[in-house]
Amino acid sequence: MDFLNAIIVLFNFTVIPALAYGSQLALGAIFVTLIYAVLRFANFATGDMMSFGTMFAVILTYYFQSLGFGLGFLPTALLTIPFAILMMILYMLIIDKFVFSYYRIKKSPPVQFAMVSVGVMFVTQALIRIIIGPSDRRFLDGEKFIIKATEFKEMTGLAEGITLKSTQAITIIVTLVVVSIMFWFLNRTKTGTSMRAYSDNEDLALLSGIDPKRVVLITWVIAGILATIGGVLYGLDKSYRPFVYFNNMLPIFAAAIVGGIGNPFGAFLGGYVIAFAEIFVTYAYKRFISYLLPEHLEPDSLLQLLSTDYKFAVSFSILVIVLLIRPSGIFKGKVI
Amino acid sequence: MRNYKNVIAAYSIMIFLIILVGIFQSWSIALTILNYCLISAVMTIGANIQWGYAGLINFGIMGYTALGGLAVVLVSVEPVKKAWQVGGLNILACIWIIVAIIFVVKFILNRFDKSKLRNYSVASVILGGIILLRVTAAPGIEAIESVDPAKTGFLGGMGLPVLFSWIFGALLAGGLAFVIGKIALGLRADYLAIATLLIAEIIVSIIKHEEWLARGVKNVIGLKRPAPYEIDLQTSEWFINLVAKFNSSKLNLINSISDKQEALNQMVIDASSVYVKLCFTGLFLTVVIILLIVTQKALYSPWGRKMRAIRDNEEAASAMGKNIVKEHLLIFILGSAIVGLAGAMMVTNDGLFTPGSYRPMRYTFVIWVMVIVGGTGNNFGAILGGFVVWFLWVEAAPIALFLINLFTSHLPETNAVRVHLIESAPYFRFLVIGIGLLLIMRYRPQGIIPEKIIKQ
Repeated sequence: MDFLNAIIVLFNFTVIPALAYGSQLALGAIFVTLIYAVLRFANFATGDMMSFGTMFAVILTYYFQSLGFGLGFLPTALLTIPFAILMMILYMLIIDKFVFSYYRIKKSPPVQFAMVSVGVMFVTQALIRIIIGPSDRRFLDGEKFIIKATEFKEMTGLAEGITLKSTQAITIIVTLVVVSIMFWFLNRTKTGTSMRAYSDNEDLALLSGIDPKRVVLITWVIAGILATIGGVLYGLDKSYRPFVYFNNMLPIFAAAIVGGIGNPFGAFLGGYVIAFAEIFVTYAYKRFISYLLPEHLEPDSLLQLLSTDYKFAVSFSILVIVLLIRPSGIFKGKVI
Repeated sequence: MRNYKNVIAAYSIMIFLIILVGIFQSWSIALTILNYCLISAVMTIGANIQWGYAGLINFGIMGYTALGGLAVVLVSVEPVKKAWQVGGLNILACIWIIVAIIFVVKFILNRFDKSKLRNYSVASVILGGIILLRVTAAPGIEAIESVDPAKTGFLGGMGLPVLFSWIFGALLAGGLAFVIGKIALGLRADYLAIATLLIAEIIVSIIKHEEWLARGVKNVIGLKRPAPYEIDLQTSEWFINLVAKFNSSKLNLINSISDKQEALNQMVIDASSVYVKLCFTGLFLTVVIILLIVTQKALYSPWGRKMRAIRDNEEAASAMGKNIVKEHLLIFILGSAIVGLAGAMMVTNDGLFTPGSYRPMRYTFVIWVMVIVGGTGNNFGAILGGFVVWFLWVEAAPIALFLINLFTSHLPETNAVRVHLIESAPYFRFLVIGIGLLLIMRYRPQGIIPEKIIKQ
């Protein structure tokens, strides 16, 4: 019984949150990696672009709520995602037309692209703050929990309970669906293959008649979908705050590089690697161990490797270690 | 002299703008802006050495700035004797443990060939060392942080004059840059950018959360100053006389003695803050001029030409026998040390150390915008960039507010759009900086004052 309790404690406080957080990071990391593979630059506006898409979802959610639309027990935000995605793609295409395409045609070095994306980051951040303001917003409605700790305890008769928030379940399910569709698209369809060809070798791809404009367009469309969904899921799970999204860019970058930048599957796994590492290293194992050990051996300290203040630092340290030992990432980067 | 015409013109416009602020807002605000412009200029000189001279992209400026600020606390604050008594030994032991770990790892790496066993043993030494560190440090940290936590709760500094901290800040930042450079400089440009960005974040989070070191997010206030305090000035005879002399024409217009005294008091209060800021301006200006002379000499020396050669064509330079790894590391350290100096200057100017305020937006990206806008590879350009961008960063909000009021003046006061726009006026600074950067990148990629290569 104690063993079961221990497993449940670990599951409840580390595995479920890490899966949800990892999914959010994974979507962002695939976004980064796609832009890197096809358009060949590190996009420093990642976090703010995700925030921009989420902003539309938040505004539309408020609007739908005022109209009385809703999905019952599901959050209204799910209904607004398609509209938010459209707005996001529109914004990205405008940015691409007026900013990035010039440097792409000129074949500028990646560093110049990165600096331009910093400019885009400033502009996006300004637009977000001017449109919606910097304050903290919760836009989750519908059922909050799927399984509550007390219900779980009653059902199973165990001392520890599992809490499953509806946002966590939605995050994991939506991520899996979106990512599977995306991989199917990249690997099985003609357009996806042309994108991979373009990423592998631009000149050869052009030679074989692939339209570069179309590839770029499709990339931004997929990027818009990923950015908006990732951002909305994060906002539902925590809350929507523009500043936090900017900070989230850092673990997202870490995830993309750890997985091997340019490799979507690597980025997908990288998100989970970062999330699990962050949570496993900063979790206090006292309760877990106390179930496993006999009573008189119970530990005094919290058994925490690092305090939760260092959550971000953990993911960055992993990144640094990966860069040192295997700069190409866990999976070999630069292919999609 | 003709070559410097545009430089002189650009700087005159900048000085004119600051004087305008002095006339329209107040001289105190104008001097605050000028001081921050000078600090930004030091940062941009540092960033420009790395990016403009050598093409190294360092997004970790925030980390070095924070480290420079930490140096001010470590140097100038009086030591907390009680904290040293209760926990100093543990902290010293920790430092020895860290040194020992580094030596053991170095020994293993040098002594044995590359193999799986070596990797595992290095990993286990580091892991074991960290556990040992935590066990040693934990009781000491707890004891230190419980020493009068509302006021101290940290080890304090060395109690030296604050100007020493500027040198120490530069040394600290340079030392860190040596370590980071050893780790990360082999990476490709955009990887290096991301890696340095994240490493800076790690440094700031350590400063934020290790309260025994510099109180972390609880901040250190009331740091020493290299300039006199306003309160002392307001009570000293010579200063009051000086103010009275300067304003004698104004004072003579007032007839009643009590009114005259009151007006003089107000003038003394205003003048004291201006005087203190002028002292800082003088110090900062000295630093900027010294740095400018040194960097300008370096740029046109054989060493500067070598750096440009490496930047423009690494392979060719390495074929000519230049040691690229060594030169890159050297320039990384130099640039970071200058940024650390700027960080120490900034904390000295503010008189308080607030680790929570170090954000990549303000301390990394804005500095980069300064370098790009001003002119990469040209020190005059970089400094001008620091001035222009900082000026915009501060003055964008008032200007935006003015423009919003101008364009929405036909709308009623309570109009929702107008109210919303007025509320969001502070965020127009991001818009101005962003669009400015994008326009410069597109239409004048070499910056306002482009790099000038003197053929010899």
